[in-house]
Amino acid sequence: MDDIKKGFFRPNQKFTTKVRERASIEVKDFNVSIGGNHILKDCSLTIPDKQITCIIGPSGCGKSTLLRSFNRLLDMTEDVKIKGQLLVDGEDIYASGVEITSVRRKMGLLSQRPCPLPMSIFDNIAYGCRIHGIRNKKKLRLVVEHYLKAAGLWDEVKDRLNTPAARMSIGQQQRLCLARGLAVEPQFILADEATSALDPISSKTIEDLFLKLKQDYSIVMVTHTLRQALRIADYVVFMYLGEIIEEGPAEQIFKNPQHELTKKYLSGAFS
Amino acid sequence: MKLKLITDKSAAGVMFSLTLLSLLLVVVIAAGLIFKSMPILEEHSLWELISSSKWKPARGEFGFLPFIVGTLWVTGIAILWTLPVALLTSIFLTENSKRWVKKAVFPILDILAGLPSVIYGVWGIVVVVPWISDWLAPMFVEFSTGYTLLTGGIVLGIMILPLMVSLFVELFSATPMEMREASLSLGATRWQTTKFVLLRKNFPGILATVILSISRAMGETIAVLMVCGNIVQIPSSPLDGGYPLPALIANNYGEMLSIPMYDSALMFAALILFVVVMVFNIVSRVILRRIENKYI
Repeated sequence: MDDIKKGFFRPNQKFTTKVRERASIEVKDFNVSIGGNHILKDCSLTIPDKQITCIIGPSGCGKSTLLRSFNRLLDMTEDVKIKGQLLVDGEDIYASGVEITSVRRKMGLLSQRPCPLPMSIFDNIAYGCRIHGIRNKKKLRLVVEHYLKAAGLWDEVKDRLNTPAARMSIGQQQRLCLARGLAVEPQFILADEATSALDPISSKTIEDLFLKLKQDYSIVMVTHTLRQALRIADYVVFMYLGEIIEEGPAEQIFKNPQHELTKKYLSGAFS
Repeated sequence: MKLKLITDKSAAGVMFSLTLLSLLLVVVIAAGLIFKSMPILEEHSLWELISSSKWKPARGEFGFLPFIVGTLWVTGIAILWTLPVALLTSIFLTENSKRWVKKAVFPILDILAGLPSVIYGVWGIVVVVPWISDWLAPMFVEFSTGYTLLTGGIVLGIMILPLMVSLFVELFSATPMEMREASLSLGATRWQTTKFVLLRKNFPGILATVILSISRAMGETIAVLMVCGNIVQIPSSPLDGGYPLPALIANNYGEMLSIPMYDSALMFAALILFVVVMVFNIVSRVILRRIENKYI
């Protein structure tokens, strides 16, 4: 894993955040309404650094919306109204004049279904570096190899780097997407039910990867499966109807939930 | 129960035969054209017909080269300027515009697509022809009537523009949102996403659209006939007049049939159009298949 150092291929240091300023994500009184529907209501939350945070809750409670607001993918939706603050490394990403691309770059996104870009395996990983200005082929090769290894994919694909990524199995595709996200050196990994479309073995691989990756990244994942949260979460956020009902270290939430709704949800009264 | 099965089977049968009918139509048209153009093919060799530029029907000289070149010029000009316009318009509509813009633009495009060809022709005569003869042509040549290949190309382009835009919009809208998000979340700008992901993903579709438009454009008759001069010559620049194949057929069929072989010559012109469009479609299909295998 450490044949290349993090940040080694940066053309300049503009994108790296100094370690002491690396605070993680802070959500303050955050409100989102889409087309008149109030989706997120007064959410306040701090995502801890270098831990796996699981956002749990029944369908339609706003988990994905919250996750998508972290990297401003919410902007893609029409009629969105946003109120409140969302601080990433102390900077309000919804303030005017914020460079969205550098915000998004800090977050690797892993969506529900893997979505390889319409190019070869190699180019999928190199894409992020290329758009950020790295053209040196030797460096690109190093980066591709490094992150494919990080995603545990190198041995499976090293002989067919130039074949279209869409020809891989779906589990491999998801790992490819993870590697692609890592290759732009994010600080956070956002996973939106990233294992729900995968078979059990591939899901396990992704989970194991997350456990390994949390040394270097803060991972926020939305999950529908309580068991998954139980397995890997360090920190848990429980949401219900657009509100954050309870949050805390995994142990505390699972063993000793304070709120009535959390208890009910965990016991399986609704899902 | 039995009746249901019978209905089901016969429905499939009917649909199959109707499909066959439309396939048969192609064969019948091709056979008719070949049969009718046999007389001229017996008298002149195929190569002579398509490579000669002498067109003197009264003397029995039939050279189709001017018409073929004219068709290519007009179609080429039309595609050349509509492709970027249609592509950028549809990218704007699908990627950057608000919903109300789309709502406003599509009905207008539909009107544009639905207008009868002759209206474009008249508009071309009234607007484009004077514009070219008074303003554009004087910059390059001494004199131009305004009835040029360029005029034909411009008018033809306007006619195929709505088709192209709506096909492109269809194409881009069908691209999964996740794919754009995947690119954006890596820190790509919208334009980078469009350029590297959207266009790449849809490259086969774009090619197919262009081919369809070219096929449409090649056969377009009335509007082009009205504005491109109908002069039998090998054009040397877009500001020369020209005479595309469809115009040749439409202008002369039924009028000059007293001249021997003329009838057959016009049928041969139709056959050329038919073959060109067909070959074009087949070749492009092969290319498309190749590309699809390579990228996706």
